[in-house]
Amino acid sequence: MDFELSDDQVALQDGVRSFCAGRFAIPVVRGLADVGGVDPARWHELADLGLFSLRLAEADGGAELGWADTVLAFEELGRALVPGPLVWTHLLADRVAGAAQGDVVISGLQRHDPSGLVEHPDVIGLLAVLDDDGVWGVDPATLDTQAVGSLLDPLTPVARLTGPLPQGERLGDAADAAALWMQGAALTAALELGVAEAATDLAVAYAKDRRQFGRPVGAFQALKHLMADMFVRAELARSAAYAAGVTLDDPEVGSIERAVASAKVTAGEAALGNAKTCIQVHGGMGYTWEIDAHLMLKRAYVLEASFGTRDDWADALADLVAASI
Amino acid sequence: MDLRYSESDERFRKELRGWLGDVLPTLDDKPGPDDWPARRAYDTDWQRRLFEAGYAGISWPTEYGGRGASLVEQLIYLEETTRAGAPYVGVNFVGTLHAGPTIMAEASPAQRDQHLPRILRGDEVWCQGFSEADAGSDLASLSCRGVRDGDEYVITGEKIWTSFAQVADWCELLIRTDPEAPKHKGITWVMFPMDTPGIEIRPIETIVGSSEFSEVFFDEARVPVANRVGIENDGWRVAMVTFGFERGLGFVSDLVETDRMLSELVVLARKVTRRSATAWDDVALRREIGHLQAEMDALWAMTKRNLSQAARTGVPGPGGSVVKVAYSELYQRITDVAMRLLARGGLSRDDLGDWPSGRFVEERLRSTSFTIAAGTSQIQRNIVAERILGLPRE
Repeated sequence: MDFELSDDQVALQDGVRSFCAGRFAIPVVRGLADVGGVDPARWHELADLGLFSLRLAEADGGAELGWADTVLAFEELGRALVPGPLVWTHLLADRVAGAAQGDVVISGLQRHDPSGLVEHPDVIGLLAVLDDDGVWGVDPATLDTQAVGSLLDPLTPVARLTGPLPQGERLGDAADAAALWMQGAALTAALELGVAEAATDLAVAYAKDRRQFGRPVGAFQALKHLMADMFVRAELARSAAYAAGVTLDDPEVGSIERAVASAKVTAGEAALGNAKTCIQVHGGMGYTWEIDAHLMLKRAYVLEASFGTRDDWADALADLVAASI
Repeated sequence: MDLRYSESDERFRKELRGWLGDVLPTLDDKPGPDDWPARRAYDTDWQRRLFEAGYAGISWPTEYGGRGASLVEQLIYLEETTRAGAPYVGVNFVGTLHAGPTIMAEASPAQRDQHLPRILRGDEVWCQGFSEADAGSDLASLSCRGVRDGDEYVITGEKIWTSFAQVADWCELLIRTDPEAPKHKGITWVMFPMDTPGIEIRPIETIVGSSEFSEVFFDEARVPVANRVGIENDGWRVAMVTFGFERGLGFVSDLVETDRMLSELVVLARKVTRRSATAWDDVALRREIGHLQAEMDALWAMTKRNLSQAARTGVPGPGGSVVKVAYSELYQRITDVAMRLLARGGLSRDDLGDWPSGRFVEERLRSTSFTIAAGTSQIQRNIVAERILGLPRE
């Protein structure tokens, strides 16, 4: 047992991090709001880096990496607030031609989702639908939708379904749907972990710099303890998200569902809790559009609602525990 | 990243399980919390059995008679003994986990030979004389005086929160030997025999009604200078050698206990009925337990991360503070939920019929200390903020 990153994993993490710093710096990310969060050229850069094909066989243009590696890569995408339906596109890259290469953007939802909201409606080439019978691919041209004018996250546009959701073309069976749900939750937890860390870093940097009463505000224990809690939440989320990745790769070490549940609950806590605290630490500036903290909070809510909420997974986990006693 | 135990780790686990399965049924009933002589006898008997089976000093190097187990084996040892309900380290805590490791790291060969084998066999019980009424979180401000008189220190002052003082043979004692020096620079670490004339032990009755700790008063008690470990006025550094351990693997047993409490909470919720349904049928309660379990599982994963880090670097990182903050508050929340669930049933510290409820009431009271002992949650948060996040000192 060695639950530390291997040298290859550190290199992967560093690579994705420096790619994001170079190609998805925050002014660029903010600018993507004008194109629905996804710019085809930059989406292709994500594909060229291998983010959608990481786990595919080399014969299929992939890197044959595992879920734990993918979790590390997605943590970095989350940290940089890279927008777009990254998880759905990654998950379906082995089933939908063109997804791995960045030619087809895929978002998705559960068939019984009561909101009827479709993410990134204007840029997707396919809408994935999960239900109890399987995985389905729906041509977005066949959807009746109404644009939503006012968005929670300026980088996550949504449209509302106004007609029935078509059955679509079968992409997988019921077991595939259940597996994708758990894998999607693990990768979403990784994105949330990244958001939580970015929020901690932003708050700490500001608290070291901002002076009141003749000293950096970060010297005051009232603020220190808020930020210590940010760190604790992020470390819990990191431990759980990495464990979920390792368990997906090697199910002999534990229950996948249980590991994913712990990850999605704690990473949701970390992303939302840390984004809110980041705003609080910034005081009045935290309430402005100029400071990035609001983008973190908004993204945290988008991710919290993706692939099951904290409450959904807490319910599942409670049932798992009860069944094991 | 790899969470799979090696074949030799699994073998170690199997052997330990086998031994525990044989030995635990032969133990006497646990003595009552206030019967200190019986507690000493019970705990040192367990230590002797561990010694004879080769499990004593699991973390101690083999050159000092320990098992020299790897960190993963230590994790397995703590996990399995706690899960099996084996006796807690009890009165052997300070000797095996604080004073012993300090003696190994800092004492002379003669001092090591005098104490380490006896601690390991359960022949020698230690207590800790660190905290004082006016030196708690700010431990370095301690004022218990040790005045050099020839080849003795003459000690006058008081210590508090000393566990096992009534039955200990020795005390790892911090004394102020240079009151003029900066506070960290005038402290000395000595091995103090508890049968020395001039000390008085007053048990402190705690919130649970028993006396887990004592105050110890020193009135010109004399200890040979030869009992000093390390050099004079260097005792703060010597003492800090042990704190690394407390924040390293020190919480594994507590986490296993926390996990067990969560499972017992589910059992309790299934037995407590409200109107026509059980408490477990309450979605809000189930969901809350799910949230608690999610954090519990994350903490267990974090422990493995900390352990892997320590195995690579050789030192436990500051991650111990994170575990301490998170687990202590998690445990309190579990007992909070239990009290809400029990409502009037919480008025009894005895189990009520087939409800396993008494333990939760007891633990709700006892766990108030978890966010205080071994560095309050506030001090831990300062450590995280200053040492990890690099925020300036206040």
